[in-house]
Amino acid sequence: MASGREIKTKIKSTQNMRKVTRALEMVSAAKIRRAQDLMKASRPYARSMRKVIAHVAQASTDFSHPFLIQRDKVVRVGYIVVSTDRGLCGGLNSNLFRRLLPAVAEWQQQGVQVDVVAIGQKAISFFRRIKGVNLIGSVSHLGEKPKLEQLVGVIKVMMDVYASNGLDRVFLAYNDFVNTMTQKPTIDTLLPLPAVAVEMEGTVGVKLEQSHDWDYIYEPDAQTVLEHVLGRYIESVVYQAALENLASEHAARMVAMKSASDNANKVIGELTLVYNKARQAAITQEISEIVGGAAAV
Amino acid sequence: MTTIRVDIVSAEAEIFSGDATLVVATGELGELGITPRHAPLITRLKPGHVDVLLAGGERQQFYVSGGILEVQPQVITVLADTAARAADLDEAAALRARKEAEDALANRTEALEIAEAQARLAQAMAQLQALERLRKNLKH
Repeated sequence: MASGREIKTKIKSTQNMRKVTRALEMVSAAKIRRAQDLMKASRPYARSMRKVIAHVAQASTDFSHPFLIQRDKVVRVGYIVVSTDRGLCGGLNSNLFRRLLPAVAEWQQQGVQVDVVAIGQKAISFFRRIKGVNLIGSVSHLGEKPKLEQLVGVIKVMMDVYASNGLDRVFLAYNDFVNTMTQKPTIDTLLPLPAVAVEMEGTVGVKLEQSHDWDYIYEPDAQTVLEHVLGRYIESVVYQAALENLASEHAARMVAMKSASDNANKVIGELTLVYNKARQAAITQEISEIVGGAAAV
Repeated sequence: MTTIRVDIVSAEAEIFSGDATLVVATGELGELGITPRHAPLITRLKPGHVDVLLAGGERQQFYVSGGILEVQPQVITVLADTAARAADLDEAAALRARKEAEDALANRTEALEIAEAQARLAQAMAQLQALERLRKNLKH
């Protein structure tokens, strides 16, 4: 049996660990709120965008934008992968990557080239290890309050390739924040814009029926405006995903750290028990030695 | 006096929402003054001020670094850009993103070596444990 002092040091170090995990847990709990507020604040923009796109796409059918056309033959696809910068958040990133890998493998089996744009340190270090995947752009360290400008670069890399007919599909992979306990690894089709996404929401549904009655006055013209709006829309969708992922990160970290703290508590309890038993045994032995000695005299 | 609802939103936040009697903004083709019952219109905005004359007569001014102005019968929506956006600025950002990816790939050494070493260490540990177990079994 380990000596009393050894057990004592072990208890001490476990207690220190618990201090750290508890602190991390509380920090994350506080940050979830802020991340959720950010998520909420960015929603009206995307909603208005969707309305405008639905209308413009409906009102002017005489031209089409590459973002809206479905391409039948697929030779090259792109993934925008949103991950966290730091670890200690349970299986958040690995769950997402585990969902991604089969999809990527399937494309590769069909002879389709896969390009990846990575957002977040974890995705960068994961994808540079994956063979046959082309990492064409990356950004990391977005911080607690991601700005859209930080994402503009990586999105443009992807969009440029898409616009030049290089890519046939673009997907967006991130962790969807359902609630504090649940984060759902999600892979969405970003381009070509799925028709459903454009026509989503009740207000648009109503408007679609009247939309033949009137059209906007376009300045300078419909094509330019639609192009502009679509670009901004894609950006806002990716930005939203980054925020979702941020909220997921904090939620996952909070849960992971909570279970780590609980674990530490259990270990400390067990070790204390062992320590007390060892102490008791030593005392008992001492007494019996004294008694034995006295009896001998 | 008739008013019209005005929403100014950016990708990061809702900036303004309220009723106004007049909205003045700088469109791509020139200055625009929009009053209630304006015909539906959609235009890109140049960097500049968006002036909103509230129903009470108060005037509020917002700076936008570009964006889109949409006029509908019931509502005027300004989709504001959050930062200065220009083609060459975007291009620079894209270049940066590309470069970072290249750096990440070129920079294989450090982080990757650590990861590889860790994997090898774990393997070695597992082998050692197996050996130990074998030895124990032999003793008994």
